[in-house]
Amino acid sequence: MSARVAVVRFPGSNCEDETLAAVERAGAAGVLLDYRATSLDGADAVLLPGGFSYGDYLRSGAIARFAPVMDAVRAHADAGGVVIGICNGFQIACEAGLLPGALLRNAQQRFTSRPVDVRIERADTVCTTRFTVGDVIRIPVAHGEGRYVADADTLDRLEGDGLVVMRYVQEDGADAPHNPNGSARDIAGICNAAGNVVGFMPHPERLADAVLGSDAGHRIFTSLVDRLGAAVSA
Amino acid sequence: MTAVVHAEAFPGERPVTDAVVREHKLNELEYTAIERLLGRTPTLTELGIFSALWSEHCSYKHTKPVLRRFPTEGPQVVQGPGENAGVLRLPDGWAVAFKIESHNHPSAVEPYQGAATGVGGILRDVFTMGARPVAVLNSLRLGPLDDPRNRYLFAGIVKGVGDYGNCMGVPTLGGEVSFSSCYSGNPLVNAMAVGILRETDLATARAHGVGNVLLTVGASTGRDGIHGASFASEDLTAESEKRRPQVQVGDPFTEKLLLEASLELITSGQIVAIQDMGAAGLTSSSAEMAARGGVGVELDTSLVPTREPGMTPYEIMLSESQERMLVVAEPHQVERIQAICRKWELDATPVGRVTDDGIFRVIHDGRTVAAIPGAELVDGCPMYAPPAEESPKARQRRSLVPVKAAPDLHLVLEQLLDAPTIASKRWVFEQYDSTVRAGSAILPGGDAGVLRVPGTRFGVAMTVDCNARHVLLDPYEGGKGAVAEAARNIACTGARPLGITDCLNFGNPQVPAIFHQFVEACRGIAEACIAFDTPVTGGNVSLYNQNPDGAIDPTPTIGMVGLIDNITLAVPSHFRHEGDAILLLGTPKGHLGGSAYWAEVLDCVGGPPPPVDLAAERGLQETLIAAAASGLLMSAHDLSEGGLAVALGECCIGGPWATTTFGCDVELGQHADQLTDEQWLFGEEGARAVVSCSPQHVAELQRLAASHAIPCHYLGLVAAPDGEMRVRRRERVYAWPVRRLRKLHLDAIPRRMAADTTVIAGS
Repeated sequence: MSARVAVVRFPGSNCEDETLAAVERAGAAGVLLDYRATSLDGADAVLLPGGFSYGDYLRSGAIARFAPVMDAVRAHADAGGVVIGICNGFQIACEAGLLPGALLRNAQQRFTSRPVDVRIERADTVCTTRFTVGDVIRIPVAHGEGRYVADADTLDRLEGDGLVVMRYVQEDGADAPHNPNGSARDIAGICNAAGNVVGFMPHPERLADAVLGSDAGHRIFTSLVDRLGAAVSA
Repeated sequence: MTAVVHAEAFPGERPVTDAVVREHKLNELEYTAIERLLGRTPTLTELGIFSALWSEHCSYKHTKPVLRRFPTEGPQVVQGPGENAGVLRLPDGWAVAFKIESHNHPSAVEPYQGAATGVGGILRDVFTMGARPVAVLNSLRLGPLDDPRNRYLFAGIVKGVGDYGNCMGVPTLGGEVSFSSCYSGNPLVNAMAVGILRETDLATARAHGVGNVLLTVGASTGRDGIHGASFASEDLTAESEKRRPQVQVGDPFTEKLLLEASLELITSGQIVAIQDMGAAGLTSSSAEMAARGGVGVELDTSLVPTREPGMTPYEIMLSESQERMLVVAEPHQVERIQAICRKWELDATPVGRVTDDGIFRVIHDGRTVAAIPGAELVDGCPMYAPPAEESPKARQRRSLVPVKAAPDLHLVLEQLLDAPTIASKRWVFEQYDSTVRAGSAILPGGDAGVLRVPGTRFGVAMTVDCNARHVLLDPYEGGKGAVAEAARNIACTGARPLGITDCLNFGNPQVPAIFHQFVEACRGIAEACIAFDTPVTGGNVSLYNQNPDGAIDPTPTIGMVGLIDNITLAVPSHFRHEGDAILLLGTPKGHLGGSAYWAEVLDCVGGPPPPVDLAAERGLQETLIAAAASGLLMSAHDLSEGGLAVALGECCIGGPWATTTFGCDVELGQHADQLTDEQWLFGEEGARAVVSCSPQHVAELQRLAASHAIPCHYLGLVAAPDGEMRVRRRERVYAWPVRRLRKLHLDAIPRRMAADTTVIAGS
């Protein structure tokens, strides 16, 4: 039996199709979950996809955290279930208190869409087991509010406890600033202390099919499916 | 006079006097036609309706006879001009819908909202056909960036374009940005949208079925954008700033919901027809749908959901509030439609019905405030055939030559790569999401964007192009050249050009010299489209692009789509491997008239632009397509502004986010011996491309080119990463460090934009 991964569609989500496709390409069964749902429909993991939930009108993710489905998502996370937030999903996870810190407007005050080089800092989270610590992958970012901030104590704790999952790094020859948004300590993605909730700004689902010239993001999803497979069969 | 159909004034509205008629931009001829048509004096509501539908923007009253000369047919055409977007056939039951439209006037007074709603409008045009928007492109033209007003407009327009498309989740896959003093105060914002659909899901905007219900879907109606269509049909003046409240305000979040709801409504089979409310809002959508179906409609404006109380029928009919659709459905489907809309948190409100008397009727609180014969309302505007004559000044321009002495040619290339029109547009593209939907195979920054059709092996290539300087100098050759450049860009990726949409931006058509530009440019476009089998599927005409300082350069922007059978064979623009062979396809002629070199470096906008050889262009396209399909090409880049030197430079510099540049070592000596170095390097004749291939494929590529009667000159080799771009001619060697060129190219726009921190409206 393949693992079931729910991808939540909030009003204004716009990456749900390719996120579902990436999940299925990696071997899981993808389920599109409406934001009004009150249960996870038996899903083993929840993905909060990118987009502009509720237009991001108040602040990215600030309204989506009140969507009906979020009670079930929170309960799933509290019970140790896997929750992954990508871009807007990371913003929602922070707003919902599933992850510490917040994502503010990019330092340069402009939306930024481009490839970034990120180094995998943890190879034992729910979506990075197919990497080795230190691997650098080039995948896209596309956001206006991706500058990760937290107070100094929180940042120190994230670093100290090894909760930084991805970090923006400079590759040789790249002439765009390596940190695309001014994130504290070049943080691109983090996880919670238990390691079951992960959020990051880059979009691995957009480069998960070799037909487009690179499938650098595919391993995020195969890592997730490995993990769920192990849990499902255990 | 006997009234054809009775209508009465809405209580409190102004009587229709001569002054009121003039205020509505209707001339005496037009007003007389209206009175004759109605058999009475129009009500104010009727006058407003006529002023919108008989505006240049909606009626094409100066241009229709010229536009009729465009080729519009071909086996690939599913839907030609006349609907909200053109549709062309793709393999396996798929089709591509696409359209370009201008939002110039609104963007001139309110850049952020003007540009944003331009994107919103064109996306609606595409999804109203039943197509899911999969890409947007845009052509932006502004005055020079040393003027703070132009920087303000540029920053606001780019942010407006980006915020709307980004929120909608539609990638921007290409576009062009160019700068010239003629666009100061009169920027051009041309937005193109591309959508994919199953041919069987094609929707139409043809109302039929007497008794069927008209529903508004989406946002409620406010007082924004009233008379936008009329505003778009007049010169920009100092008074135009007062038009600012007429600029619509965009809400991409609502549009995203409207997109999903509309596609679900169309595929559910519950609706008869659907059209977006664009220019002239409820008026044009309802009148055009009725006229297409040969039926009448009756609208009750008191039923239309409004944003504020007390809106008059005049205001409701002419509002250009965004994110609204008009749907026609059978009465028993209304509840089902409302249920689908509710799922997307949108309202669907019955506001009228289809009638059998052919009358366009508006009632409000039981009172008939407008009753106009519908067919004449849409098609009865007097047509004009203005005189067209080239001005002596325009003729003179063609014989100008530079007086300034040529600087060192090393410097020329550096100046050209630093010229904002030629420079890298990374600063712009970074603000547009180009990867959402995970289908982008070739990103912005090359010749054309290429997108995979989901679930298939094939892809759609797309581009927008126009060299307005060439059109200014010779509208006929320039018109041909715009289509030829678009087709070269498409073919460089390996795709076959399928068809075009055009956005014809010109000045005041009542000026004979301007109308001459229009007629001649269209003649050139038509000829090129016939030669390339790329029919015109629709588009937009934007006239009156002029301010007290004069008209813009004639700018017929060509939006083109093409088909590539195998997405994995799509060819990028830039060099990829050291040691690859570099070849020039096409014949160097050294044509400097109208060139960027003369204009940007020698301050001379003059000379005849290069004549366009349509047969050679077609041969080049076929060569590129066949070479790509055989997997021979590592890169292909067309020659346009700045000629061979700029093209080679760009191939070495690499894409916007490349981590590696390449050097090259090129020898020009063996060919075109009569040319001077500057002609060789900076001449701009078309029908040429620089390609690179693995050395063992050179002979095969040369045979292929010969079979299409295209010369294929071996130029040299791609050199080491981060090396020099070396060009040798006889005993002379020109050499540029590529990293330095890349820096110039990338920094040209950010360096100029860093001069101030502009406060932009919107979030």
